[in-house]
Amino acid sequence: MSAAELKAKTFDWFDERLGLRMARDLLDHKVVPLHPGTAWYYFGGITLFLFGVQMFTGLLLLLYYRPTVAEAFDSVRFIMTRVEFGWLIRSIHSWSANLLIFFAFVHMFSVMFTHSYRRPRELTWLSGIALLGLMMGFGFSGYLLPWNQISYFATKVGTDVAGTTPFVGPMLARLLRGGEDVGAATLTRFFAFHVMILPLLTCGLVGLHLLLVQKAGMSTPKHLPAHDLSHMKFFPNFFLRELMVWYGVLALLGSLAAIFPWELGEKADPFASAPAGIRPEWYFLAQFYTLKLIPSHVWIIEGELLGLAGFGLLALVWVALPFWAATKPDGSGGRARLATGVGIFLVCYLFTFTLLGYFK
Amino acid sequence: MRAPKILFLLWFSVWIVPGSAAAADSCVTCHAAIDDAVKGPAALIKNDVHIAHGLSCADCHGGDRTSDDPDVSMNKAKGFKGKPARATIPKFCAACHSSPDYMRKYAPRERVDQFELYQTSVHGKRLAAGDTAVATCIDCHSVHDIRAVKDSAAPVHPLRVGETCSRCHSDAAKMAPYKIPTNQFQEYKTSVHWEALSKRGDLSAPSCASCHGNHGAKPPQAESVSAVCGSCHVLFEQLYEKSVHNAVFSGAGGGGGCMVCHSNHAVHYPSTAMLAGPKAVCSGCHDAGTAPAGAATQMAGWLDGLDTALKKSETVLASAEQSGMEVSEAQVRLIDGRENLVKARLALHSMKPAEMQKPVEAGMAIAQATQKAGEFALHEKDTRRMGLAVSVLLIGIVILAIRLLLRRMESSS
Repeated sequence: MSAAELKAKTFDWFDERLGLRMARDLLDHKVVPLHPGTAWYYFGGITLFLFGVQMFTGLLLLLYYRPTVAEAFDSVRFIMTRVEFGWLIRSIHSWSANLLIFFAFVHMFSVMFTHSYRRPRELTWLSGIALLGLMMGFGFSGYLLPWNQISYFATKVGTDVAGTTPFVGPMLARLLRGGEDVGAATLTRFFAFHVMILPLLTCGLVGLHLLLVQKAGMSTPKHLPAHDLSHMKFFPNFFLRELMVWYGVLALLGSLAAIFPWELGEKADPFASAPAGIRPEWYFLAQFYTLKLIPSHVWIIEGELLGLAGFGLLALVWVALPFWAATKPDGSGGRARLATGVGIFLVCYLFTFTLLGYFK
Repeated sequence: MRAPKILFLLWFSVWIVPGSAAAADSCVTCHAAIDDAVKGPAALIKNDVHIAHGLSCADCHGGDRTSDDPDVSMNKAKGFKGKPARATIPKFCAACHSSPDYMRKYAPRERVDQFELYQTSVHGKRLAAGDTAVATCIDCHSVHDIRAVKDSAAPVHPLRVGETCSRCHSDAAKMAPYKIPTNQFQEYKTSVHWEALSKRGDLSAPSCASCHGNHGAKPPQAESVSAVCGSCHVLFEQLYEKSVHNAVFSGAGGGGGCMVCHSNHAVHYPSTAMLAGPKAVCSGCHDAGTAPAGAATQMAGWLDGLDTALKKSETVLASAEQSGMEVSEAQVRLIDGRENLVKARLALHSMKPAEMQKPVEAGMAIAQATQKAGEFALHEKDTRRMGLAVSVLLIGIVILAIRLLLRRMESSS
């Protein structure tokens, strides 16, 4: 049997069991529309790549991390000082988490401003928003895991804010903390959320999100119908370009990890006073700063409650975007323009308040 | 003529001032209405600790505070004592403050031996001998606006007691008859004790009363100086007592214990310059070239050597930390190194170099290990940067290769 025959037979054997031909046909026929906004397509891929980095580095960290109050901090320090390349893995995990959320935001706003959420992509939008929520959940739960002073008190503040949610607040705070206060039960719970519950949910949703993208195809700008545009083959042309971008992001990640290793801080001491200038991760800063600005009482309503109600309303408007903004199939109309205005307002608000929260 | 006028005013005021009936306290009501020196107590008393505890003027001065009539309220038959004579003030206050049963009602944790101690003090003894210029209770605690010691406005609050003592003890005219110096407070204000108290707000740092006593104030005798200092510097005293200096400095007629080297009021930060060099206090007794002077120089060298080594490690670790390296373990070890330096400084008071050698050697070992850790971290940082440069270069090459591959693919199709 010649080598070519052997190769063909092996392919047939696997194709019979895995449907390789179907996958190959799919890749052969998948195309990416070419237009001035094609570059925005890369951001979804970057987010996916960073999620892969998170999974890989997270698994490596799991080999040494110990999720108990007595051992968590020391185990992270052990990873950073004793484990070969432990510092690199931990720093990449931390930097990648932040870049992942940043690129997820960029991806979301690019979808929003190009009105790619319009029919029939409503479910793609909803699954994407849910994924962003899960990413922020990853960030919130992962922040506590090193059990250092800043993360401990930031979690206290974060769960306190969650506790002010109307009706379900106290229950939500207890559910997150595993008790009345942030402690050993909270760490165990956050660890479970971070390495089991959230990854399972995320993997499922990522699968659904990709399936929906595949089903509806790549969205094109409303004034450029897909049939008027030229296309690029997804594989290998677009894929190789995406690969170049991933390599670039990898170089950026490595540079950040090597030049600015993620610091560990001091071990959490529940009896110490809260460190000065305590604040959450940057992606919660805008909300945090807004809540700080609201007076303790506005008329008869508690300020914090009012703030949370405002965020809730805004989130509802944002989640429901495809249902109120895209009334016409081509995404045109007054409501679409209103959605663009809301998007611009949101970008300006997030940018300004994040900076204010960071520097004030 | 003056007394009847005052009495008339007192009587008149309580009848014409609305709301000045005797319901509250006729002493305060009447004295407050008098525009004279006797108004003083009524104006001051609102801040008085006794009033805060529910006592009144009559509880000290006697009389009947419920009567608006001065003849009744200040009647000796009603126990009115009036203003006590200066010589009797300590006894006047002691009527309550030396009574455990009485004091238990208001301040159960308060001591009741102040008067007893006062009688043993230089002030008390002189007062008993007829010298009424000496300090009595009111000279330190004030009168009518007496505040609790913990009240920061009280003249006996730790932060203010030095100034209170200095009101008399820095007054050359007042001290002239007693032939004692007047520069104690001035010197004290240059000391580490004053710095701790006033700048760091450490209220446990010694003030005048901490060493001299308060009610039983007197200068410590030469043989008890180390015990006075040792009440805070316990371990130093223990080692000093076993040293050769104890017999020389603390014996009867000796030189003054700790203050021989450290001074009394102007206690400054100790340094190795006290052991060796032109300003060495040792050289006041030990000539250069003698064995004790040699030992002092050797110990100064050890202390300086350890201090320098620890500082060097600190610098290296700080540099590593600033560049983002994780060196907290070494930094924690460095604290142990600093503790060894403290132990070595402590051991100096035994005046036995062998006692000091052990902590110095332990401290040096830590300084060397932590410096090595810091240098390793800095080297590691360089290695990481080099690794990064190589990785980025490789990634760049891969990106370039993909780009070339794409170009070839797309140009052929």
